[in-house]
Amino acid sequence: MELFVNQVLAGISTGAIYACMALAVVMIYQAIDHLNFAQGEMAMFSTFISWQLMQWGIPYWGAFVLTLVFSFAGGIAIERLLFKPLAKAPILTNVAGFIALYAIINSVAGLIWDFTIKQYPTPFGSSPFLGSQLISTHQAGMIGITILLLIGLFFFFQFTRMGLAMRAAASLPESARLVGINTSWMIALGWGMAAAIGAIAGMMIAPVVFLEPNMMLGVLIYGFAAAVLGGLTSPFGAVVGGFLVGIFENLVGTYIPGVGNELKLPIALALIITVLVVKPAGLFGRPIVKRV
Amino acid sequence: MSAIQEVVTEAPAVEAVPKRAMTLGAGTSLIVLALLIAAPLFVKNFIIFQLTMLLIYGLAVLALNILTGGSGQFSLGQSAFYAVGAYTSAILMEHAGMNYALTLPIAGVICFGFGFLFGQPALRLSGVYLALATFALATAMPQLLKLGYFEYWTGGVQGLVVDKPDAPLGLPISQDMWLYYFTLAVTIAIYIFSVNLLRSRSGRAFMAIRDNEIAASAMGIDVALYKTLAFGVSAGITGVAGGLGAIAVQFVAPDGYTIQLAISLFLGMVVGGVGWLPGSIVGSAFIIFVPNIAEGISKGLSGAVFGVLLFFVIFLVPHGARQVAMVAQQLVGKFKKN
Repeated sequence: MELFVNQVLAGISTGAIYACMALAVVMIYQAIDHLNFAQGEMAMFSTFISWQLMQWGIPYWGAFVLTLVFSFAGGIAIERLLFKPLAKAPILTNVAGFIALYAIINSVAGLIWDFTIKQYPTPFGSSPFLGSQLISTHQAGMIGITILLLIGLFFFFQFTRMGLAMRAAASLPESARLVGINTSWMIALGWGMAAAIGAIAGMMIAPVVFLEPNMMLGVLIYGFAAAVLGGLTSPFGAVVGGFLVGIFENLVGTYIPGVGNELKLPIALALIITVLVVKPAGLFGRPIVKRV
Repeated sequence: MSAIQEVVTEAPAVEAVPKRAMTLGAGTSLIVLALLIAAPLFVKNFIIFQLTMLLIYGLAVLALNILTGGSGQFSLGQSAFYAVGAYTSAILMEHAGMNYALTLPIAGVICFGFGFLFGQPALRLSGVYLALATFALATAMPQLLKLGYFEYWTGGVQGLVVDKPDAPLGLPISQDMWLYYFTLAVTIAIYIFSVNLLRSRSGRAFMAIRDNEIAASAMGIDVALYKTLAFGVSAGITGVAGGLGAIAVQFVAPDGYTIQLAISLFLGMVVGGVGWLPGSIVGSAFIIFVPNIAEGISKGLSGAVFGVLLFFVIFLVPHGARQVAMVAQQLVGKFKKN
C-alpha cells in the first residue's frame, strides 16, 4: 500500500509537468485549431535562455520573469512572422511549418548551447517536503505552480475583457470580428501565452530531466497525451489529464513487469490512440458536431 | 473553436491535384530513366551508394505521396513503417538465411498488414489528430525495437549486421553497382504500380475522399476501406524501401529510425510537391544531399538549414518541385513559339 501511495504521489508530481505542457498545447489549439509540434522545442529554448541568464549572474526569479517576457514576445513574433501568412493555407502546410520550426529551434539550441547535458537549479530545494519522504519540495513546488497557473488562467478567461475577447475569437471568429474584436491579435496573444506557459513547464522540468536540446520530446508526447485525454478544448481537462497521465505512467511502470523506463513513449502512444478511438473529445472536451 | 464546423466550406486538408498532373509525360519519363540507368557508369562507388539511397528514399517519399497526395491523410510516422520493413528484411536474412531479394516482398506484405491495422484507429482521426497519432508512433518505434523481449531477434540496441549481396551469374560489376541496378528495377516496378494504382478505380476513390469525404461516401465509396487501404499500400511500399535500405546500409539499429527520418520523408514530400509522384525523387535528393552540404558549413546546423529551406518552400513555391517543373515547361513552350 505504501508503494502504491508513493507511486501515486510521484505520478502527481511528474503529472504536473505534463499538465503545464498540455495547457500550452491547449492554448494554441484553442487559438488556431492546430497542434503545435514545435511547442516542446520552444519551451526548451526558453529554458536555455533562463539558464544563460543565470549563468550571467541574474538570480533565479529575475531570470524566471525575464524568460517569461522573452517567451511571450517570442511566441507573438513567431506567429506574426511565420504563421499569420499561413492562416488560410491547407492543414498540410501548417504541419510542415511546425515541423520546420521544430527542426530550426532544436538545431539552433544545439549550436548555441551544445548537446551536453547541464544541471539546472530549482528554486524550491530538494529536501523532503514537510518532513514526508514521499515527495520533495521541488515536486511540491511544481504541483503548486501548475495549480496557480490554472487558477490564474481561469480568472483571466472568465473575468477579464481580454479573456472574453480571446474566447470569442476562438469560438466564432466572424461574429467576434463583427463586434469589434481584433481576432488576428487574439491569435498572436494565444501564441504568446502558450509560449510563456511552455517556458514555465520547461523551467520546472529541467531540474528533473536535466537541460539539453532533446529534453522535451518525451514531455511533449506526454503533454499531447494529456491534452487529448482531458479534451483539446478544455484547459481544465488538460491539467486533469496531465495528472492522470502522470499517475498512470508511474503505476504501469511499477506494477506491470517488464515495462520500465524503456517503454515510456510506447505507453504514451497507446494512451493517445486509445483515447482518440474510444472518446475522441476527451474527458472534458466538447464533442465536435459536424454540419453538412 | 466552434462546436459546430461547416464541413463543406472547410478548407481541405490537402490541396486537390488532378490525376493528370500527378505524373510525367512518356517522353520525359524515358529521359529520366535513361539518366538513372547511365548515371552509375561514370562515378565512384561511394556516389553509387548515395544514388542507391536516393532511389530508396525516393520510394519512401513516393509512398507518403500516395497516402497524402492521393488520399489526403497525413503521416509523420513513416519512419516506423520503414523500420519494420528494414528489420523484417534483416531478421529474415540473418536468422532464416533467406535470399535478400525474397525478403523484400515479405517486408512489403508485413508492412502492408501493419499499416492496414494502424489505419483502423487512424480512421477515426483526421488532419491534426492523425498527424499527432503518427507522430507518437514514430517517436515510440525506436523504444519498441530496443525492447528486451525481442532482443534475440532484433539484436537490441546494437542492431543487426547484414551482408551485402554479390552480383549474380558472375557479372563483372561491383556490389554497389549491382545493388543500384537491383534497387532501380524495384523502384521502376513500384513507380509503375503506383501510377496505375492512382489511375485505377481505387485511385479515383482515394482522390474523391481527399477532396470531400462526405461527397465521396454519398457517391458510394467505402470511405473506411479505402482510407485504411491507402495506409496499407503506403506502409507496404515504405516497408520495401526499408528492406532495401537495410541491405544497402548493411546495418539496422533502432536509432537509425527516429522521428528525424519521418520528418525528413515528410520534408521530401513537401519539397517534391504533394501529389506529384516524380517529385518524390527530387524530394529524396533534397533530403540526402542538403544535410551533407549543411554539415559541411557547420556541424549541427543541418536541422536549421532544413527548417529554413522548408519555410522557403512553403512561402515561395508551395507546390514544390511540381511548380518549378511547370514554370520550366511554360518557359520551354514560349521559347519554342519564338
